[in-house]
Amino acid sequence: MKTFALAGNPNSGKTTLFNALTGATAHVGNWPGVTVEQRKGVYRNKKAGIEANITDLPGIYSLSPYTPEEVISRNFILDEHPDAIINIVDVTNLERNLYLTTQLLEMDVPVIVALNMMDALEKQGSSVNAEELSKKLGVPVVEISALKNEHIEALMKEAMKLPEKRKGETVLTDGWLGDLVKEATAIYSKEEGIIHPLFHAIKALENDEIEAKANKSAFAEVSKLIETKGKTVDELEAASADGRYQVITETFATSLSKKEKAASEKLTYSDKVDKVLTNRWVGIPIFLVLLYILFRITFAENLFFADFGIGTFDEGGVFEGLFYAEGHLMSLGKILANFVECVTDWFTGVVAGWMEGAGAWQSFVCDGILGGIFAVMGFLPQILLLFFFFSILEDTGYMARVAFILDRAFRRFGLSGRAIIPMIMGFGCSVPAMVNTRTLSSEKEKIQTIRVVPFFVCSAKLPIVAAVGAALGDAFGIDPALTALVAYFGGVLIGFISAIVMHLTTQREKVPPFIMELPAYHMPQAKALGIHVWDKAKHSFKKLFTIIFVSTVIIWAMLYFRFDWQILGEEETAEYSILGVLGSVFSPIFTPLGWGTQLVATVNGQTMNMGWAFAVSALNGLVAKENAIATFATIANSIGAGIADDVDGALSFSYLVQACGSSLSVGALYSFIFFNVLTIPCFAAVATAKAELPKGTLKWTILFWLGVSYVVSCMVYTSVTFIWPIAIWAVLIIGGGVGIYFYNKHRVAIDGPLNA
Amino acid sequence: MVVGESGVIAKVNGEGRVRRRLFDMGVTPNAEVYFRKKAPLGDPIEVTLRGYELSLRKEEAKWVEVEVKEGK
Repeated sequence: MKTFALAGNPNSGKTTLFNALTGATAHVGNWPGVTVEQRKGVYRNKKAGIEANITDLPGIYSLSPYTPEEVISRNFILDEHPDAIINIVDVTNLERNLYLTTQLLEMDVPVIVALNMMDALEKQGSSVNAEELSKKLGVPVVEISALKNEHIEALMKEAMKLPEKRKGETVLTDGWLGDLVKEATAIYSKEEGIIHPLFHAIKALENDEIEAKANKSAFAEVSKLIETKGKTVDELEAASADGRYQVITETFATSLSKKEKAASEKLTYSDKVDKVLTNRWVGIPIFLVLLYILFRITFAENLFFADFGIGTFDEGGVFEGLFYAEGHLMSLGKILANFVECVTDWFTGVVAGWMEGAGAWQSFVCDGILGGIFAVMGFLPQILLLFFFFSILEDTGYMARVAFILDRAFRRFGLSGRAIIPMIMGFGCSVPAMVNTRTLSSEKEKIQTIRVVPFFVCSAKLPIVAAVGAALGDAFGIDPALTALVAYFGGVLIGFISAIVMHLTTQREKVPPFIMELPAYHMPQAKALGIHVWDKAKHSFKKLFTIIFVSTVIIWAMLYFRFDWQILGEEETAEYSILGVLGSVFSPIFTPLGWGTQLVATVNGQTMNMGWAFAVSALNGLVAKENAIATFATIANSIGAGIADDVDGALSFSYLVQACGSSLSVGALYSFIFFNVLTIPCFAAVATAKAELPKGTLKWTILFWLGVSYVVSCMVYTSVTFIWPIAIWAVLIIGGGVGIYFYNKHRVAIDGPLNA
Repeated sequence: MVVGESGVIAKVNGEGRVRRRLFDMGVTPNAEVYFRKKAPLGDPIEVTLRGYELSLRKEEAKWVEVEVKEGK
């Protein structure tokens, strides 16, 4: 079976084509750098009798890689020897896209050019002469629209017809550069085992870093050749880029008949939108307000902050508590969550009814399995809704603008605006966010970003924030949306502070450059959004019925039995269970954070310690963050007889909080949120960090997460609860700040300033 | 060059990877550029070039010499 590689500029529609070809549902978005790893699939067309392997590669602007994910693409083509390259070219951006084409053509591999986004070009009133372009390039050219699934079959038919072999050709044939190319190619042709002599020769002339390491002797010979001709490396680099673009504009691009207007007078729909969104005065406020609105629609109990008065809505009607309560309208996220809750409550009620009198089995099914799983499932609508909103931001092209408007501010943290994209992705899930840091060009920037990504509250931490927020609301009358805001902004703030500290101390370097394409805006595509949300839903369900299911069962068993494997007696409180004993061992560690040994709860007239429950939840959260709330639900259901049909995660947590009474303070609850938000993320995220981080930095990263979460939580607890420790913390922070200031001054004196 | 001006690139100075990247993105001599806008905080800037929008910092833009064609 033949293997085709999809290569092209970032954001030229490779992944959309890949999905169309293979029926896959890979993530697409409207910003450069969505795809950061190679992805394989199979194209099957029985009617045409075609079957082929397709590999989707990260987008590249040229074969001289600049960021790690671009190296992946180059290496794939050089090392894996695909039978042909399908070069996707965005016709609405023909010149820059053909620049890569000129380099691909230098390799000894068959190429077919797919002119993508023909529909968008036609909308502009322009057209392209594919036949003519094909003649000039010397390879087949097919017009397609990956998004609308047009002419995909024609493309694959042409691709199958490609010859087995093709000799590399270059556009750099004129003048002294052309002569140099010929001589350098001759040098490389003599070398053994070089498959693409022309390509390597030109890369050597361009002083390519990777080439210098790969073929040392030939590279040295070419360097000597350059010297004898009296040329410099800088000159050559400029000449080759210039030469390519010259041929493109003078020869290739003429196949395009554009309805041309001067750039200065052209004001497309995209530009008009951009004028507002990146406006000097309102650009940043719009971004902040937008985020706030998205969070409100997802979390708020009282969407419009308005009390319409009890009686405005049909009090006591069937929809009370679903859409509205106490005279206010709920947010969309809340309403959806209420629906799920109705169903899960009903279900548990029915099951509990069936199993009446089954003793341990009833407890196992209702408290153990259903309690834990439904506690998390109740948050699924809010998770998916927030994910849906972020997908819209990605798909429209706004994400790249956010990087643009915030770059200046990010530079203070030692990061480029590009780093904001993985950070915002972190609100969804840390795993893809950490993988996306491959698009960052500097290693130190990458380390900093990976370390702070978990501070951006991910969707699995959302249940913790929401449940603790609800408990704070029930017990202390604090608005849950406010708690959500404190958690999200607190995480972001601490992320930025840590980035600055790292930038000034361990990860010192000049701020990496920011050169980025800003894609045209487009309306979000229903199909792409559907794919995103559906994928997330599938992933969440899988997690629910694997990791979380298993953890809940284990937690239930550890609660039901004592260490001697006897069932916990009626008079014995849960602290004598296996879980209780184990939790009590860890509990003292968390006493300075406000949720350790000081917690005492009264349940059904019995008094017991409660710190172990918090310790166990936080520790279980290291497996998967949803576990924290699932654990609380199981514990609450197990110890509180008579609430078995109330499996809602927020309610059961609230129940525990109220049972703790005055031993649990507002500060301790906020400290619990911050500990979970800032500490070591889940197993999956740690594994990803290990894979992405340079060797030897993982242990420091884990230490960093532990340290930051412990110190910040302790600070939050003691400051809110006792007030006076604020003075001590303030002195420590100022001291640290002054220390860093002088350290920085000292280093600047040695190495020179970090910022120009 | 100020916002709203167009020009033709005369020379790209600088060195190493950043210069290479600028070339790859189409910032080469004889290319026409239009200085579209500055970001809200004054930096980076956005230019239109070869039919697309490119964003770069003043720090990097300073390496690019442009002959201004028309003012506003």
